[in-house]
Amino acid sequence: MELKEQIAQNNADFPGEIHQTPGGGIVVSSFNDLINWARSNSLWPLTFATSCCGIEMMSVASSKYDFSRFGFEVARATPRQAYVIIIAGTIVNKMGPVLKRLYDQMADPKYVIAMGACAISGGPFFYNTYSVVKGADHIIPVDVYIPGCPPRPEALLHALISLQEKIKSGLTREQIQGDLKV
Amino acid sequence: MSNEEIKEFFTTEQPSATFDETGEWLTILIEPANWKPLAQKLRHSALHIDYLFCLTCIDWKTHLTMVYHLSSTTHRHTIVIKANLDRAHPEIETVSDIWRTAEFHEREVYELFGVQFLHHPDLRRLILTDDFEGYPLRKDFEDPINMIKL
Repeated sequence: MELKEQIAQNNADFPGEIHQTPGGGIVVSSFNDLINWARSNSLWPLTFATSCCGIEMMSVASSKYDFSRFGFEVARATPRQAYVIIIAGTIVNKMGPVLKRLYDQMADPKYVIAMGACAISGGPFFYNTYSVVKGADHIIPVDVYIPGCPPRPEALLHALISLQEKIKSGLTREQIQGDLKV
Repeated sequence: MSNEEIKEFFTTEQPSATFDETGEWLTILIEPANWKPLAQKLRHSALHIDYLFCLTCIDWKTHLTMVYHLSSTTHRHTIVIKANLDRAHPEIETVSDIWRTAEFHEREVYELFGVQFLHHPDLRRLILTDDFEGYPLRKDFEDPINMIKL
């Protein structure tokens, strides 16, 4: 079985085992799993878009696609209240320090999604340009990359769900490094 | 007003001007030294050119060309004025006092092409950082750190 399918299957249900008792049941689980489960289902994104991918991101927030269904709830206008930053668009050299600052202002745990070709590598602005950062991961660490120019809303939803699976499996950068011991 | 009437205006006012009608609009190539008084006349004469909707520059490697897209909101005619500048010392009079929008556009051309707009009220960089070196939209601009050449 592919690793991705395996991860999806492992995370399909609420973490833990149910022990049936007369008149109900008891859930036995690990605290870590519970925390990851809770975090992954309450990932509020930061309102941050630097070009056309932002339009697709807004579309995903709207009623037709509606990322609230998956726990992305509302986009927050302040990094203090945001858990995930979706880099939707081109990052230019002048924007770089701003992006870094926003990322630093977000409270841990924080996650990053690079949406679209520009955020991944500079995309159409890779060659012969003086102003574009060739990939947002030169500035901040990225958890999930979505290719596309711009990606379809479904692709962003897929990326958001992938991020959830990653968190539930304890595979994000911070979890692996053990920065977030609970 | 028709292109013929506009051409008539230019042949009397600006005998050295040359015309090009291959594009969408009538294009008039003028001498940069004549630009300021001509611009005044365009604005205040019967042509009533009161709207500058695009101001940019082209680097031809041998010279720079300033391009002004102008139109009249009353007569509904549009003309394009071009002026060739010396690449080593590009200088032209500002038109920001005639069409106010030129103030920002000229600042942009100044930072990207290095054209000096004489008597501009506030010729500073518009978007680039203050310590930026060079004129990035010139064809010979080199930036080995940020640019990946194809």
